[in-house]
Amino acid sequence: MKQEIVTGILLDEQTELSLNDLCQACSSSAEWIIELVEEGILEPISYQQTQWRFTGNTLQRARAAIRLQRDLGINLAGIALTLDLLDEIEALQARLCHYE
Amino acid sequence: MDYKDYYKIMGIERDADQNEIKRAYRKLARKYHPDVSQESDAEERFKEVGEAYEVLKDPEKRASYDQLGANWKAGQDFNPPPDWDAGFEFSGGGYTEGDASAYSDFFSSMFGQGFRSAHGGARQEGFHARGNDHHAKVLIDLEDAYKGATRSITLQSPELDSSGHMSTKQRTLNVKIPKGVKQGQRIRLTGQGSPGQGNASAGDLYLEIDFNPHSLYRVTGHDVYIDLPLTPWEAALGASIKVPTPDGSVDLKVAKGTPGGRKFRLKGRGIPAKPPGDLYVVAQITLPPADSDVATELYKKMQQDLAYNPRSQLGYKQS
Repeated sequence: MKQEIVTGILLDEQTELSLNDLCQACSSSAEWIIELVEEGILEPISYQQTQWRFTGNTLQRARAAIRLQRDLGINLAGIALTLDLLDEIEALQARLCHYE
Repeated sequence: MDYKDYYKIMGIERDADQNEIKRAYRKLARKYHPDVSQESDAEERFKEVGEAYEVLKDPEKRASYDQLGANWKAGQDFNPPPDWDAGFEFSGGGYTEGDASAYSDFFSSMFGQGFRSAHGGARQEGFHARGNDHHAKVLIDLEDAYKGATRSITLQSPELDSSGHMSTKQRTLNVKIPKGVKQGQRIRLTGQGSPGQGNASAGDLYLEIDFNPHSLYRVTGHDVYIDLPLTPWEAALGASIKVPTPDGSVDLKVAKGTPGGRKFRLKGRGIPAKPPGDLYVVAQITLPPADSDVATELYKKMQQDLAYNPRSQLGYKQS
């Protein structure tokens, strides 16, 4: 039996997502995404509010932000700090892995 | 079906008050949150704690759970007594906050019924809603990121049948993994999530890329690292060495006098993303053992004939 192979879109730095795409993928309101942008947690490619576009990898960060808020009850400033620290840990671990 | 000891999972006594339960939950949630935790079984533990909290934080659910008695042991085979829930009424709020499919059979057998009927009833004629998005992880090898691959993934999703009952449906999907993917990236498959209701469109499926650990290579972003063991004479005299890469082997020129730890960058031979990453070959100078007469003689000769002091920076003279 011939099986169908589905092809998706790779959400990398080259892919652009609209505000609406992000809301849908995160099952969240536009207001929440806008709050994340205003806190500096997410960064649009350009800041023209009427047509915010985000790079594909923004989705990971947005979803992590939502999980942190929903599961741990962290506020926006706390989420920003947590995500920055997690990025730092990841960078340090990558360096560490070269010495091990 | 195994009995779950929610108090034990939360590390609290059976008579803990609601504040204690909340504190215990917060603490464990922070410890095992999959975004934050370094524990290998974090996701599993986090779900377990979430399920325990879902029951214990709600006085109604907790009371009916407590009614089962304290004599059950975790893991013991459990069947709910026929009328265990008589006299209890669950005023919604159940499942709604969490991901229903993530909870255990034990949970579903106790609290699942109300959820099912409530949802079945809520389905109306002419109601349109976009289907939910689904998120899943797919494990690939580094080689797949170089060449592209097809992966068959099995998804389990809860679905409502025509009579409004929840059932878990399995389906298999063959997905093309494009060349150039990096750790943690997502692939969006439009329309492969839950079907929409009414005329609305289906949700999307997001696949998170996760690499299997590799015995030779380490991956950072789109760069790839490999350790290259060298003999002292190759490093000292220079050599041309065959180095494996995920894309086939290459000949690497090791310069005369290469110190251990030196990185050779092979531009564009990392993961072929846009822009492509680099492959770093890290020189590792190995010590041949002095385990034969010949080897011992050679070392002794070097000791006599070479005026080499690796400790010249330490501030004292070689004795």
